[in-house]
Amino acid sequence: MPKSVLIVGGGLSGTIVANGLCRQLAEEMRTGAVAVTMIGTSETHMYQPGLLYIPFGRMREQELFRDQRRVLDRRVNFFVDPAATIDVETKQVTTESGRVFTYDYLVLATGSRIMPQTIPGMTEAGHWFYDLEGARKLRDALNAFQGGRIVVNVNAPHKCPVAPLEVTFMLYDFLKARGLWDKTELTYTYPIGRLHALEPVAHWAQPEFDRIGVKYETFFNTESVDPATKVIKSMEGSEIAFDLLITIPPHAGAPVIEASNLGKGGWVPTNSRTLRREGSDNVFVVGDTTNIPISKAGSTAHFEADVLIDNLVSLIQEGRWARDYDGKVFCFVETGLGAGTYVWFNYTTPPNPGPPSQMIHWFKLAYNRLYWLSARGLL
Amino acid sequence: MAERQTIDARGSFCPGPLMELIAALKLAQIGDEIEVLSSDKGSVTDVPAWVAKVGHAYVGTTEHDGYWAVVVRKAK
Repeated sequence: MPKSVLIVGGGLSGTIVANGLCRQLAEEMRTGAVAVTMIGTSETHMYQPGLLYIPFGRMREQELFRDQRRVLDRRVNFFVDPAATIDVETKQVTTESGRVFTYDYLVLATGSRIMPQTIPGMTEAGHWFYDLEGARKLRDALNAFQGGRIVVNVNAPHKCPVAPLEVTFMLYDFLKARGLWDKTELTYTYPIGRLHALEPVAHWAQPEFDRIGVKYETFFNTESVDPATKVIKSMEGSEIAFDLLITIPPHAGAPVIEASNLGKGGWVPTNSRTLRREGSDNVFVVGDTTNIPISKAGSTAHFEADVLIDNLVSLIQEGRWARDYDGKVFCFVETGLGAGTYVWFNYTTPPNPGPPSQMIHWFKLAYNRLYWLSARGLL
Repeated sequence: MAERQTIDARGSFCPGPLMELIAALKLAQIGDEIEVLSSDKGSVTDVPAWVAKVGHAYVGTTEHDGYWAVVVRKAK
């Protein structure tokens, strides 16, 4: 019987792991000693960070999508058949169609999803850009916007931690270019006592907001939204009126995780260095699915996937551990429609973002294309 | 039955201890306690200040070697 690696989830981390294993275990796969199987939820693979550009007309919808079978190495056994239950005791995953998959090594890469419905009134009154339908709706709302009160509202937990700042700076450039900034009052709300979780980023953003005239309210955790009066209320007791509400909704993990009793909220308890599920030797967790207190971001998924590939290959070929994950995260930060910076950090190195530049913005635009090489495990 | 959960946010630059606590409280039941381990001394003041503002219960803080354990009870 071949060693079986089963990957649940076809997003970025699952895809990198699948492709990386095929490359590094080419000989074992050729001889039938190893098999790599992926259970996904969609025939298409979406470049999620591209959604940020959709409302501003800076990327077209078709640029976000590729056929998942073409992104995956052809040696991967790929099934579009969502996992319904995962039993780590019997080493079995059952899909919605009733198929049963067994494994020697399991990779949980089920990701996260937005949950605007957990805030009363948010689905009716809010706009967002964290899924395609929301990005389309926000694009229409921005095209119709003629001035008024915009609220950019951030909720915890959420993925892509810099996206709220990015959309705010991009809104400034977008509205300024349309001659609407002077008719706009933009307020940014954030759950903790500064403008961003990363302290140096918060310290940089605050004078920038002051300079361009963005108002802000910290310690704002959304309690409810009144779609009739267009007022958003916080748990801390404040209220803000809006004409256009752009929210970063709270996130949750995949339903299959909770349904399988693998983690509250859909987040799987995971060792922060080995990426093993707590209590399992042969179950690994990557990307947004972990409960590690670290940014839920594409780069996190990517760096974790690289570590996991090395460890799975090493375990299969040599029966030994290769290396631990060091907590590395790298995020581009768009500071408008024509400038950007970046920030990186790990468990022991604090972030230290540099000054924004046009060059870094261009590199981000280039990465919007290079992403597909990352997904293929080439970059 | 009330539960106690520990979040080890030591060395977490992003999203950080308070953001982790806020997310965990959303999933907790009233009466549950959450202990946040933080290597950021700012948590010693930030967490109780936010908890008081929102109306949860601050249970206490214990200083350890290089980190702090801040305990909060979900009250509403």
